[in-house]
Amino acid sequence: MAEEKKLKLSNTVLPSESMKVVAESMGIAQIQEETCQLLTDEVSYRIKEIAQDALKFMHMGKRQKLTTSDIDYALKLKNVEPLYGFHAQEFIPFRFASGGGRELYFYEEKEVDLSDIINTPLPRVPLDVCLKAHWLSIEGCQPAIPENPPPAVTAFPPAPKEQQKAEATEPLKSTKPGQEEDGPLKGKGQGATPADGKGKEKKAPPLLEGAPLRLKPRSIHELSVEQQLYYKEITEACVGSCEAKRAEALQSIATDPGLYQMLPRFSTFISEGVRVNVVQNNLALLIYLMRMVKALMDNPTLYLEKYVHELIPAVMTCIVSRQLCLRPDVDNHWALRDFAARLVAQICKHFSTTTNNIQSRITKTFTKSWVDEKTPWTTRYGSIAGLAELGHDVIKTLILPRLQQEGERIRGVLDGPVLSNIDRIGADHVQSLLLKHCAPVLAKLRPPPDNQDAYRAEFGSLGPLLCSHVVKARAQAALQAQQVNRTTLTITQPRPTLTLSQAPQPGPRTPGLLKVPGSIALPVQTLVSARAAAPPQPSPPPTKFIVMSSSSSASSTQQVLSLSTSAPGSGSTTTSPVTTTVPSVQPIVKLVSTATTTPPSTAPSGPGSVQKYIVVSLPPTGEGKGGPTSHPSPAPPPSSAPSPLGSSALCGGKQEAGDSPPPAPGTPKANGSQPPGSGSPQPAP
Amino acid sequence: MAALAEEQTEVAVKLESEGPPTLLPPQAGDGAGEGGGGTTNNGPNGCGGNVAASSSAGGDGGTPKPSVAVSAVAPAGAAPVPAAAPDAGAPHDRQTLLAVLQFLRQSNLREAEEALRREARLLEEAVAGSGAPGEADGAGGEAASALLSRVTASVPGPAAPDPPGTGPSGPAAVSGSATGPAAPGKVGSVAVEDQPDVSAVLSAYNQQGDPTMYEEYYSGLKHFIECSLDCHRAELSQLFYPLFVHMYLELVYNQHENEAKSFFEKFHGDQECYYQDDLRVLSSLTKKEHMKGNETMLDFRTSKFVLRISRDSYQLLKRHLQEKQNNQIWNIVQEHLYIDIFDGMPRSKQQIDAMVGSLAGEAKREANKSKVFFGLLKEPEIEVPLDDEDEEGENEEGKPKKKKPRKDSIGSKSKKQDPNAPPQNRIPLPELKDSDKLDKIMNMKETTKRVRLGPDCLPSICFYTFLNAYQGLTAVDVTDDSSLIAGGFADSTVRVWSVTPKKLRSVKQAADLSLIDKESDDVLERIMDEKTASELKILYGHSGPVYGASFSPDRNYLLSSSEDGTVRLWSLQTFTCLVGYKGHNYPVWDTQFSPYGYYFVSGGHDRVARLWATDHYQPLRIFAGHLADVNCTRFHPNSNYVATGSADRTVRLWDVLNGNCVRIFTGHKGPIHSLTFSPNGRFLATGATDGRVLLWDIGHGLMVGELKGHTDTVCSLRFSRDGEILASGSMDNTVRLWDAVKAFEDLETDDFTTATGHINLPENSQELLLGTYMTKSTPVVHLHFTRRNLVLAAGAYSPQ
Repeated sequence: MAEEKKLKLSNTVLPSESMKVVAESMGIAQIQEETCQLLTDEVSYRIKEIAQDALKFMHMGKRQKLTTSDIDYALKLKNVEPLYGFHAQEFIPFRFASGGGRELYFYEEKEVDLSDIINTPLPRVPLDVCLKAHWLSIEGCQPAIPENPPPAVTAFPPAPKEQQKAEATEPLKSTKPGQEEDGPLKGKGQGATPADGKGKEKKAPPLLEGAPLRLKPRSIHELSVEQQLYYKEITEACVGSCEAKRAEALQSIATDPGLYQMLPRFSTFISEGVRVNVVQNNLALLIYLMRMVKALMDNPTLYLEKYVHELIPAVMTCIVSRQLCLRPDVDNHWALRDFAARLVAQICKHFSTTTNNIQSRITKTFTKSWVDEKTPWTTRYGSIAGLAELGHDVIKTLILPRLQQEGERIRGVLDGPVLSNIDRIGADHVQSLLLKHCAPVLAKLRPPPDNQDAYRAEFGSLGPLLCSHVVKARAQAALQAQQVNRTTLTITQPRPTLTLSQAPQPGPRTPGLLKVPGSIALPVQTLVSARAAAPPQPSPPPTKFIVMSSSSSASSTQQVLSLSTSAPGSGSTTTSPVTTTVPSVQPIVKLVSTATTTPPSTAPSGPGSVQKYIVVSLPPTGEGKGGPTSHPSPAPPPSSAPSPLGSSALCGGKQEAGDSPPPAPGTPKANGSQPPGSGSPQPAP
Repeated sequence: MAALAEEQTEVAVKLESEGPPTLLPPQAGDGAGEGGGGTTNNGPNGCGGNVAASSSAGGDGGTPKPSVAVSAVAPAGAAPVPAAAPDAGAPHDRQTLLAVLQFLRQSNLREAEEALRREARLLEEAVAGSGAPGEADGAGGEAASALLSRVTASVPGPAAPDPPGTGPSGPAAVSGSATGPAAPGKVGSVAVEDQPDVSAVLSAYNQQGDPTMYEEYYSGLKHFIECSLDCHRAELSQLFYPLFVHMYLELVYNQHENEAKSFFEKFHGDQECYYQDDLRVLSSLTKKEHMKGNETMLDFRTSKFVLRISRDSYQLLKRHLQEKQNNQIWNIVQEHLYIDIFDGMPRSKQQIDAMVGSLAGEAKREANKSKVFFGLLKEPEIEVPLDDEDEEGENEEGKPKKKKPRKDSIGSKSKKQDPNAPPQNRIPLPELKDSDKLDKIMNMKETTKRVRLGPDCLPSICFYTFLNAYQGLTAVDVTDDSSLIAGGFADSTVRVWSVTPKKLRSVKQAADLSLIDKESDDVLERIMDEKTASELKILYGHSGPVYGASFSPDRNYLLSSSEDGTVRLWSLQTFTCLVGYKGHNYPVWDTQFSPYGYYFVSGGHDRVARLWATDHYQPLRIFAGHLADVNCTRFHPNSNYVATGSADRTVRLWDVLNGNCVRIFTGHKGPIHSLTFSPNGRFLATGATDGRVLLWDIGHGLMVGELKGHTDTVCSLRFSRDGEILASGSMDNTVRLWDAVKAFEDLETDDFTTATGHINLPENSQELLLGTYMTKSTPVVHLHFTRRNLVLAAGAYSPQ
């Protein structure tokens, strides 16, 4: 407002040198300094005068920008010939001139070379002025349509979320109706007005608005047609077969403001979806649904608390369900469990309060199912993963004390008579999970000298393994100290091979993404790819990788699961589930090297040097190009057993990945947007 | 007085033999009707004078000659200052008249001179003759109007000599603000700045004080004011700005450049921030040569800056200045300021701030004293049969019964004459045609379906976005029945869209028309050429940006005003230009049809607003008095008044009958860009570049409200059809809705307020804000309420 503007007047004048220059250009060579000074004053004054007049034209033209034509008109006011030849970008095509007693309107035409015109492609015809009508407001509420500014952008983006939170936490507070009305009335912020007004007020007839006593006015279950379309598109894309679409849909969920009226739908969609697909053991769909949860959580404008009661059971199901896929022995449902566990941890972090006790209730649930003797390995794995994700304190108090017991159980399965392959795999996974999570905690808890015996004494059969992991963890911590801001990545022990082969899957539509033929003996990759429509291509070279990634770029931290398997050439192929949390927007190829840093693409890693690529990436819309970056595993890995060697985990939605040439390390080939340093290189043992 | 005036008009109507009744120039008799000597200065040079001159000259037909005669000023061609005409605010006396005559002779404008001579004699007689009736009206009123005419300086030029008896109460009240001494030679000089007379104006600055003392004088006064009692300080602080300006100008005029510069540097920071635009102009003004032709400077010189100060404060100031022997300041106060003294409590800072800000200070109280007939005219009776037929056509059984009583109520209401309404035939209005009656019936029908708006029931807003306009949209208008939208563009085109399914068709060619059976019932349909049907028609004709557009109430015509100085009348039957009204030599910023059609008003850069009738190529009235561009012009709903908003930050209300300025509203801090009357005619809302909307009570001449919220120029204002909601659209890309009922309901218009003109604005205008609606980077150029109270807004999308 004018009152606040500080008066700032500058008495700028043109330098007298410019007068000289102008004079010289007119052919007046010598001009006195005094004359220059006088001229300067005069010219400056006239210019200011003209500028002030030109402003008048700008105002009357209802523009914010001064154009050259304004100056022309101002000159005309002063009876001065306008300056021809200067156009604003949006210029009037014809000019006016007078002279010799005639007035002329003419189009400015230059001589042009015809061939130039013929050879240049036709420019687009400028559109003619047209009129378009839309609703700016319907009975006082602004509809959220493309023609209107997005509600959150208008003012303060956090406002709606704050409000959602306020409403969610204090739904009966009497200020609420006031907020609704006052928002638009007082114009507290335009952001609040439309976001608030639309939907809510639109449905409730304005007459009701005035009612002083109203309990819970959020009984709005109608969506506008646009919103219905949006909802349909989004949900279809999220569970559909096209990964590119899904990526876009998830991106939209994670970033778009003003989705909160659709939250109940999304929430129901997810919980119902999980319910159905768990029964059908439809792993892929479960993964998609979890990614939706993730995207919802990532949206800064949504406040999920009201829907947590629906979401938690769904997510928990994905963690602890006995069976999540058709072929538990071959499908990588572990990754889903890990992912969901991380989600639950995130939910706890965000929404757990002293009143709802979400975290303690979740902890209790996990502990209960873990402690139970009869719990199958899959559930066991999920419970542990869920607990482990809750943080070091939980690991310390709940997991460590049970390590010995659990170790015995694992040994019983692994070393005992082969009862069931499934159990073996489960036990193996549980073991590596425990090692992965406990080692860093132990590394912090216990003083440095790591003694195998001491570990054995304390943790039973798992002791020696733990010990070696702790050592690694320490080394890693040391390395991390140098590289700030890297998150942990723990690699589990080598385990018996997990072998599956890729089934040629012609139909892109099949939801059960991975059908695995029975060629169990062969070391092949398990791919839990986010892309359903992977071209069926058996990958002959032994590279294998698993990538599961969420591609939404909105979150600050991204969780990526990748399972890396080592090269198959050696008999003892190792498969290690690797999880990594990448604190960055979009993941890329990472070079991880411990001892010697050899260029990974070229050098076969020697026994001492282990290189590892962790690729956590899913290009948002990448077709084949972004995805298939791959890297052949560094030479035949030395199979010195305990240390999992150069395993390369590469990303790629597509299985031909194995064929493609190795990317240069650190080249963000998967998606070029990522600086190489932002991932998390991890030292492999 | 009114009755007299009315008679006059009737006479006028009789005189005008051909064509429809129209306004005649308020000639001498008119002045008599108004009863004030001052008024008569509407002489040859004033509103109708022009017409008078031409008619008396035997209708020499050509435009040029009469327009020369129009005013002493108008040889204007020679004088690039458009301001010339309106500026003469000085007293008029014989000397002035002689000066003008002399000037005319010099300029070889013999014809004009003669006309003037004739006129002057006539005037004098008229004044002498009119003395009696005027006095009958009460000396007070007379004095007021005399004063008024002086204040508003409505028309320069040959003025009748000040009738001796009338003056005293006016000037006397202004103790010391001697109008006399400055008078000689002033008028003429103002008129044409290139003439020798100009130097006479400027010579007022000639008095040589010690230039080095100016700073001392000023800071001395500043010290005095700052040390005075709180209650006086606020009032006396008003002196700072005009004193500063005049002292600076004196320094510049006397060519003390350096002193002027340091004076400016030292004290410009003290001035109220709403003066900064003027200060910017001043700051660039550093040489005596610059003063020539600088309009802002001329405004300061020729119009007295009006201050309203309580008697106590004034006494205090006077005593101080006399004690200090501070002649320099005293001279300025006497010569360049008009101090309007009132008895009673000094005003508070807040009260003062609400009213100041215009280029020439506040309005004098007397300026707003005259009576304004703000009531609505009686609605014409419309035959019921027509109505019934129509309803039967609709085949709605229940309706006629329902409607009857309603109709009666409308009828009975209109039978009662609004006590504030002007006499029905105060100005001649065109007769209703059948089609108009039909339209009125449609209107009434729609009225029954109108939504009752209120804070709980906000209107829906439909926004018409002009796409691909590339910032070229400069004006928009919508017909009353909301069927057509016209856009004026910077590329000189006017485009008319039909927003209903009914396409725009033009009439067939003459040859084809002759083939049509004129007796057939659907002849009106037959004359239209189906081949030309389209949604959009483009009207070419202007040679500069089109800044104003207005549909006639019957939708047959469209007016557009442009940078090229013309107002054009377009036919919406043939989509061709019918007339180009030339008169403004400079850009015409706005134009609007009267609500009853036929008349229209235009205002432009030449600082005058003109009243036209569509069948006259010359204006009927010239409303002169603004000190800067007339940015917007609006007719009062009863068509008897015209409101103009100007870049001098004042709003004026003009009487169409006699061309007098009857209200001056000050308080805006920026150029005014939008105006609207409330549907009941009682209130006026104005919006300016400062983003504020001010509400005025026309009857009392008071500011009654201030709506803060917009952050940029308010481009458009409109009341809902029943006046409950005020919608404002702005360059800040928002439409805001305000509770007009609440804004007007608790008006304190007690006698005291009315008498003193002191106002106390309600603190919180936020309570009145009902809604804010952002557009997507689309400035809201126009707003319109449909007959059912749906808001139509329009603007051009301007990508960032």
